[in-house]
Amino acid sequence: MASVRPYGHFTHAVVRGIPESFGRKAEGGETDGECETDLAKAQRQFGVLTGALRQKVGLQLIEIPPDPNLPESWRIEDVAVIQGDTALITRPWKQQRRSEAEALRRVLSELNLTVVEMGGEEGGSGGATLEGSDVLFTGKEFFVGISSHTNHRGAEVLADTFRDFAVSTVPVCGGARLKNVCSMGGPNTIVIGNSEGAKKTLRTMEQLTDHHYEVLTVPEDMAANCIYVRGASKMDFLLHRPTEECPNSAPAFQKLTDYTLLPTACSEAFKLGGVLSSFCLLINRKLQI
Amino acid sequence: MTTEAASETEVKKEPEKSEEQPAAAEPDAAAQTAEPAAGDGKKEPEQPKPAGNNPAGDNPGSDQPAPDGAAPPAPGEAPQNPEAPPPTSEKKKEKEQPAGKGISRFLPPWLKRQKSQSQEPPKEAPKEGSEPPAKDGEPEQGPEGKEPTPEPQPEAKEPPPEQEEKHSIGSADTQPVKEEKAEDEEVKETEEKKAEEVKKEEEQTAKPEGKPAKSPLKLTKKMKMVVCQVAMLDGTQFSCEVEKRAKGQYLFFKVCEHLNLLEKDYFGLSFKDNADQKCWLDPTKEIKRQIRSSPWQFAFNVKFYPPDPSQLTEDITRYLLCLQLRQDIASGRLPCSFVTHALLGSFSLQAELGDHDPDEHRLDYISDFQFAPSQTKELEEKVVELHKTHRGLTPAQADAQFLENAKKLSMYGVDLHHAKDSEGVDIMLGVCANGLLIYKDRLRINRFAWPKILKISYKRSNFYIKIRPGETEQFESTVGFKLPNHRAAKKVWKVCVEHHTFFRLVTPEQPQKAKFLTLGSKFRYSGRTQAQTRQASSLIDRPAPYFERTSSKRVSRSLDGAPVVSVTDSALKPDASAPALSSPVAEENGREPGLELPSDSKSKLRVKGENIYVRHSNLMLEDLDKTQEDVLKHQASISELKRSFMESTPDPRPSQWEKRLTASPATSLRLQAQGSADVKQKPEPGELAEVEIEETVVIEEIRKAPKAKPATPEIAAVPEVAVISAAAEKEKKEEKRRSREASTSSESHSESEEEAEYHPQVASVSVEQIKEEPEEEEKEEEEELSKETPPPAVSPAAEAPPDVTVVGKGAAVVVKEEVEEEESAENTAVPADEGQNGHPEAPPEEEEEEPRVNGDASHEAERIPQVICCSEPPVVKTEMVTISDTFAAQKTEISTKEVPIVHTETKTITYEAAQLDGSGDGEPGVLMTAQTITSESLCTTTTTHITKTLKGGLSETRIEKRIVITGDSDIDHDQALAQAIKEAKEQHPDMSVTRVVVHKETELAEEGED
Repeated sequence: MASVRPYGHFTHAVVRGIPESFGRKAEGGETDGECETDLAKAQRQFGVLTGALRQKVGLQLIEIPPDPNLPESWRIEDVAVIQGDTALITRPWKQQRRSEAEALRRVLSELNLTVVEMGGEEGGSGGATLEGSDVLFTGKEFFVGISSHTNHRGAEVLADTFRDFAVSTVPVCGGARLKNVCSMGGPNTIVIGNSEGAKKTLRTMEQLTDHHYEVLTVPEDMAANCIYVRGASKMDFLLHRPTEECPNSAPAFQKLTDYTLLPTACSEAFKLGGVLSSFCLLINRKLQI
Repeated sequence: MTTEAASETEVKKEPEKSEEQPAAAEPDAAAQTAEPAAGDGKKEPEQPKPAGNNPAGDNPGSDQPAPDGAAPPAPGEAPQNPEAPPPTSEKKKEKEQPAGKGISRFLPPWLKRQKSQSQEPPKEAPKEGSEPPAKDGEPEQGPEGKEPTPEPQPEAKEPPPEQEEKHSIGSADTQPVKEEKAEDEEVKETEEKKAEEVKKEEEQTAKPEGKPAKSPLKLTKKMKMVVCQVAMLDGTQFSCEVEKRAKGQYLFFKVCEHLNLLEKDYFGLSFKDNADQKCWLDPTKEIKRQIRSSPWQFAFNVKFYPPDPSQLTEDITRYLLCLQLRQDIASGRLPCSFVTHALLGSFSLQAELGDHDPDEHRLDYISDFQFAPSQTKELEEKVVELHKTHRGLTPAQADAQFLENAKKLSMYGVDLHHAKDSEGVDIMLGVCANGLLIYKDRLRINRFAWPKILKISYKRSNFYIKIRPGETEQFESTVGFKLPNHRAAKKVWKVCVEHHTFFRLVTPEQPQKAKFLTLGSKFRYSGRTQAQTRQASSLIDRPAPYFERTSSKRVSRSLDGAPVVSVTDSALKPDASAPALSSPVAEENGREPGLELPSDSKSKLRVKGENIYVRHSNLMLEDLDKTQEDVLKHQASISELKRSFMESTPDPRPSQWEKRLTASPATSLRLQAQGSADVKQKPEPGELAEVEIEETVVIEEIRKAPKAKPATPEIAAVPEVAVISAAAEKEKKEEKRRSREASTSSESHSESEEEAEYHPQVASVSVEQIKEEPEEEEKEEEEELSKETPPPAVSPAAEAPPDVTVVGKGAAVVVKEEVEEEESAENTAVPADEGQNGHPEAPPEEEEEEPRVNGDASHEAERIPQVICCSEPPVVKTEMVTISDTFAAQKTEISTKEVPIVHTETKTITYEAAQLDGSGDGEPGVLMTAQTITSESLCTTTTTHITKTLKGGLSETRIEKRIVITGDSDIDHDQALAQAIKEAKEQHPDMSVTRVVVHKETELAEEGED
């Protein structure tokens, strides 16, 4: 099938800038008013992240301009799930976020991806919701975290879209998102947090998978979200939370020998529940075929 | 018989095989064997031979003597036979015919006979002296030659009512057993020498059995040929004429022969039942009984999808797999993304059309292909686009690429079944190479890898898996699923057992060979495992067979609708054909030479699996040792492997079936006698049947004992028995063997019969329901059991000596943790000794109660037969161990009729006190009263069934106690059982304990992998 390649081969990254409304409490949104976010710092961090992806990792970066009317549009990961040359435009749990995809559609079309709409099924899908941050694609299969933002119907739509792959549902504890506690740390490596919830999620994944993965456990759940890209020259790049944000997890990443480790801060976004991977959609768009 | 024998022999054979096989391999020997077989009618020929011998011994009391006498000479004659193949063939045919004529019922006896004969010949040879060992080929021939004479007689006999025949058969079986026992020791010595020969013979016979050929038709009156339509993967229809009673295996072989396919273990034949559900044709069972009223239409399909197709040896195998996958994709069974549809489609084009030719290949050139369930223009364009990129790929390469991509699909090789979870939510059960997958809609919600599954079982329409406790869990858990109906549950269960065996085990055999006593029937996969088939495949050294790819056929199909088979045949190239295609003679017989040759295959087959349906299979129990041994053996006999490969296919089972059939008479009788009981039993068909078989075996043993002591008049009742008594020592030996065989055969027969009955019931929905209910009752409810029991009880009583009031106290001990082995060992020891003393009893009641069978037993059962063949004491053969009390031994009549039917997969050990049973037929007494009392205490539940029956003025009170001891391994079950028996005796001082049936429901904690 189309996805013969192991996980990590990406050519493009789609990101969306931090709007000035960053951190503003969206109506009916979940954004926590308690924590104060530093817009400038958030934008700096965003800049570091995108810079790393472009200059260190060598991805072609496509940046969609921010839209002040869409305070959460920087979390572009939620809006689409992309595998191979198929992109599924998701149906976020929050109504107001469903318009975030408009700009993305154009980009994806330009990339010649097959865009599949999930929102179209709104009526028939019986309230299917799915957010990309609850989807872990390992290169061999999908895990969909059933969370407060993603439901079974949404997972079914995803399974129906990516028929070549097994799509397993896993529980996500504590109101978090699946990718808040885990991510891919290599072609065959899952980075997972050490909380009870994360462990439970991992056990479920191990139970459901037909494949074997290496597991890198990090003490802090937040550290478990990384961005792994296998670069052009077969270099392994890993963007992870810096020591100052995740002091206990730094040693764990040192175990990844031969990796190019790119500590990337994301403290401001984290205040809003965001993680590193929230910022980007990774795409492999080589001109294959 | 053959199958059993084969299995036994196989075990021994494997080492021996090398020897034997070589012999077989030798042109002369092979030719001889092959010819006779061919003459007989393919596989059956051999059987017939044995049958002939058996008949002589068993059937006709008067006639038998003569046959026996004839039989001994046979070995010497054997040489002659080769010279005069035609006669033998004719005779064989005759024999076959009878078998064919004889419906299942008839068959059983024949089969038994055949089996016994097959075994006998070897024995005889030894006895006679010296001839035996030297001439491998001769012994075989000898039997054949003998057979002819006996055959006619058997046929004559067969005509009589089936029931009668069965009885007679049953009696015959019993007698042989006795003799066998006595002779066993003696025989053993000779057997060892002859064993090899026997094995050879058996193998030969087994092969033939597996393939009941057309030849019989000619001769037989009743034999009817049926034309089977087989839908091939390329869309053509292959029509093949088979005898109406042919087993699935036969047809499958024919199809594989037609395809020139060697790596056939991945494939199977399927059919649609009357509910339009796709079912796999069991190669070991008669086709007719499986399809019932459905048309003789089948489809050749991939049954086990190799996880890594690149490891297949031959391109033709990969090609067929491709065809299957294309079908799966087009039908939507194998979901794919658009891109994958396009990619796979493009490889299909490359394989069939070669490089894209812009001139010739316009867009519409692919309109004939279906790449997806719903094919769009966009898809076709994409396919063409991709097709252009495959330039230079050979068809084989394109197929390989196709498979490399297809195998990664998540639903590749997943066999889906609709079900509901414990909460009634619709889910899908997916059985695959790695385990069991649970889907809700398209989402995978759970997965149970084989190593995590301790037990697979089904009850009624429920399907259960017992899960090994996880790291953080202390207790194993059981997950239950609700299937639409009982059949669906059994189907899933069977598929699971087969997949587990094929992908997870090295050999089909079960680890527990040593245990003779194991009871309980289990269905098992009898074919080769993936490991075995790979090994066998590695030995294939034929030039890659030529075959035509679909395009032409597809075209033809489109034009004609159904392409003619001939196309395929032509497609097959000679090289492959050389091995596969035996001499024309073989073809005439209807079977490939390979099939006949299968001694190896038989042995393998035997080893792999015997026809036992176990509801619960201990998947975790895998005997690596055995498997390794088997492997080694296989390796040792490479030549055999090759042959086997060509021919290979599990023929053994059929033979077993036949045997069982023959033996079955008793069971059949019972079944008839038992109205409700039968129905109940039937529901569980396979399993039940198996159990019965075991029981029958026991009975036979008992019978044997009596015979040995006195040439009892009682035996006279049964013609066969009489013959036995008359027979000289040699004869006795033969008989013993026969009896053994018979016993085994009886088992098989019983199964077959049950199946037969079962199927019919299944056919009608109402029937199915009934079946299900009965099963449930038996298994779960004691009361129901009691109900069932009464009928059988009566029959035994009738037969039982009028004078004696037999009080049967059956204690069914259900042990839930691993006690089986120990107990079984003990049991085995005892039975052997006592078996001789024992008299035929009718254990039916208790056995019936036994329904709760664990999967373990079945394994043992299979093994047991093998052991028996080896020349071990007859007792060993049976899983059920019957211990007869000395006092009871007074009368020894063979009462075959009372064969307990066990539905369960649990091990059952039966201790029987000899009962004074009259002839097996004994009139069923009149049921005076029946009551059931149940009491519970601590870990034991006691259910008492009191049955009073009137037989010819004599009243018999039968008390059955069912004591269920529940507990962990901590509990001393033996002690508990002893206590229970002691109490029972105290309570009824004036009664005697005639039977103790121990059902162990153990879950083997044998480790699984992981």
